[in-house]
Amino acid sequence: MHKKTLSDTGGADTAPPAIYLKNIYKSFGAVQANKDIDLHVSAGTIHGIVGENGAGKSTLVSILYGFYTADRGKTEIFGAPVVLRSTADAIAAGIGMVHQHFMLVPNFSVLENIILGHEGSSSLQAGLEKATKELQNIADKYGLQVDLHALVQDLPVGLQQRVEILKALYRGARVLILDEPTGVLTPQETKQLFEILRSLRAQGVTILLITHKLKEIMAVTDNVSVMRGGEMVAHLETQKTSPEQLAELMVGRPVLLTVGYDSAEAGDICLQVEHLSMRDDSGKSCLQDISFSVRRGEIFGIAGVSGNGQSELLEVLAGISALDAGRVVIGTTEISADNPATPAEVKELGLAHIPEDRHAMGLILPFTAAETAMLGYEERGAVSGRSPFLSPDKITRHCAKLMTDFDIRPADPNLKSNLFSGGNQQKIVVAREISAHPDILLVGQPTRGVDIGAIEFIHKQLLALRDAGCAIILVSVELDEILNLSDRIMVMNAGQNMGILVREDADVQKIGLMMAGLENTGNIATSLASEKKGGKHE
Amino acid sequence: MADLWIQFLLTLDATLRVAIPLILCAMAGLFSERSGIIDISLEGKMLMAAFAAGTLAALTGSAIAGLVGAILVSVMFSLIHGFACITHKGNQVISGLAINILASGLTVTLGIAIFAKGGQTPMLSREARFSSIELPFAEAAGAIPFIGPIYKEIISGHNILVWCALIAVWLTGFVIFKTAFGLRLRAVGEKPEAVDTAGISVSGLRYRAVIIAGILCGIAGAYLSIAHGAGFVREMTAGKGYIALAALIFGNWRPVPALAACLMFGFLDAVAARLQGVEVPVIGQIPTDLILVLPYVLTVVLLAGFIGKATPPRAIGRPYVKER
Repeated sequence: MHKKTLSDTGGADTAPPAIYLKNIYKSFGAVQANKDIDLHVSAGTIHGIVGENGAGKSTLVSILYGFYTADRGKTEIFGAPVVLRSTADAIAAGIGMVHQHFMLVPNFSVLENIILGHEGSSSLQAGLEKATKELQNIADKYGLQVDLHALVQDLPVGLQQRVEILKALYRGARVLILDEPTGVLTPQETKQLFEILRSLRAQGVTILLITHKLKEIMAVTDNVSVMRGGEMVAHLETQKTSPEQLAELMVGRPVLLTVGYDSAEAGDICLQVEHLSMRDDSGKSCLQDISFSVRRGEIFGIAGVSGNGQSELLEVLAGISALDAGRVVIGTTEISADNPATPAEVKELGLAHIPEDRHAMGLILPFTAAETAMLGYEERGAVSGRSPFLSPDKITRHCAKLMTDFDIRPADPNLKSNLFSGGNQQKIVVAREISAHPDILLVGQPTRGVDIGAIEFIHKQLLALRDAGCAIILVSVELDEILNLSDRIMVMNAGQNMGILVREDADVQKIGLMMAGLENTGNIATSLASEKKGGKHE
Repeated sequence: MADLWIQFLLTLDATLRVAIPLILCAMAGLFSERSGIIDISLEGKMLMAAFAAGTLAALTGSAIAGLVGAILVSVMFSLIHGFACITHKGNQVISGLAINILASGLTVTLGIAIFAKGGQTPMLSREARFSSIELPFAEAAGAIPFIGPIYKEIISGHNILVWCALIAVWLTGFVIFKTAFGLRLRAVGEKPEAVDTAGISVSGLRYRAVIIAGILCGIAGAYLSIAHGAGFVREMTAGKGYIALAALIFGNWRPVPALAACLMFGFLDAVAARLQGVEVPVIGQIPTDLILVLPYVLTVVLLAGFIGKATPPRAIGRPYVKER
């Protein structure tokens, strides 16, 4: 282990560190989110912070950006002691932040978004004119070109993120914090972002990169700090570490980053989707002419940037939303616009569903684990008593068995669902659906907000289920997850099927281009142009 | 023919007169709702203001005192609404409703306690009201055929608050779209997170918005009881606050379209008043009740039929809770 020692004086370095934190402590009630955090970020470097969900990364960043005030501890920015009581304090200290969910007003222009709060004059027109010149300088200096007069809602996510970076720089940021910046980007956009970060570093900007993706830490950072359970457990030089070592530090025990994949012989077709189309509530087309089929004993992965129709597709297949055109054939049963099916009917056809958003659809937080573990299956023999009554004994026993089989902790069926960690909540849902012995399993974002240990376990379960002959449709925005598990991969963009690749042909580069919709550039350009025409400018 | 023309002009004049409180309230609602705070308490604030104006004007004999009192009382109720919705993140519709109910009861109770006239305030003398301002040469211009009456009947002869309301529309547009404050105000109604992360207080902006709304409602109330009318009458707002809100929505939260919607509602009201007792060919005399109900029916029809396309501020009705 290459633990760097932190000294109070900042060591022999002549330049003061960009960020220096000493004994930062923050608790929320009984929860200690940050326990005596030390951090030393050298000026002009890219510094990564990794940790699992709930490790305290977000709290730490929020303290740095003035959202929360630390209970105690010392903060210095470029050697000057500061007290960050508000976001305004942080901005004044030269800290800028690019949030995971962009803080942009969708129907404002890029320019209006950037000057918001720093208009420089009470007349809007004067402020806009002054900012235009200044922004041109910043854009040239850092190579960040954006159309300042475009409406933010018309820009692709990658450009919106660029607006966020410009906004921070315009406000005078010398330290830029990026919180999970690649979650919504295609691999190519991620590469571009890293290029931007490197050029910012070359211009002397210090960057703090918060992520849970070890690959990204390895790719772009100079130094990395690891958090676990509210504590800083290691400070390392990126060159001298490895993803395996970082994962072990994050989890506290050795973990397998990728589960072993064996190819398997796929069986008969058990689910067919033909020319499926669907419009959302506002009448906008969200799925267009999608066709594919899935065989027994294969994992069919669906890749794409979040919000490109994957969620809608899952909901149609699960019977939650009705389709507008085309058909879905499960076994011999056809589902179409004229012949819709409810989730219960689809379930009877042997389909199970692990929903994307477990809090909204997967479980009911105030229910006990035992109740959660039988939701949707309350009429099956494993839990029901003499009709119409439930059998509390059976319900508890059923849950206790799942808890043993799936290593759910704490193994208490009477504990309320919201008291389990994200990973264990997800395991309850996974256990419930898998234990129904489905022929087809729909899986949405199975490891979102789930700790690395549980990810490994869930991946193994999915592979075992596939080997047992189940057809699995896996939707995930984590491209690595799709690549690790899938036998075939469909890529979606703007509600369309951009193509299906077999595992051997799938590589990040190719999938990334498909995710960006580059095969359909003509279509996308025209749809964007028509949107702009319709959009009103204030 | 000339007679019909005068009739038409008089209807337009009446349109403006009845539309004034709607216009002021719609602009009040525009500030409040653009900042993300639903304001159904326009009605209650206007009623309280009308009562305060009537009472103070009667007691002091000064219209200015009435106006200032009306604004203060209305702003006070705005702050109550703000305290419930902004500071305590309460439900904005319920808070607004509570204010309306409170105003409805409080005006009558206080009115009886102070004046013992069944909830009314005493009839005001000329000095205690804002009287009409006759513009120069109005009488002479009236003699000019056709065009002259436009000047005499429509442009001349309004009290100062009418001009206030029209200026308020222009001022609202200017503040909302041409100033830094307006940019922030619009942003806070669309995406308060963006404002907060820019280092600006979301609550501060929203409080300022509801205070401005209070001032405008105060003027609207004073107009009703001490400019247009000559004293406060119980429930004298008669749903005008709600109609103003409808006009605001109908105008898509923009000053000029909202003004147009207010004038349309005002026109219906004026026509309804003119049609009373008039013999219409074929149908005969239209029952008064039927005519009076017309503006309200139209509100429902318009809201049901055309509002589908209105796009409210995205964050409206949603209390801002800092996440992480």
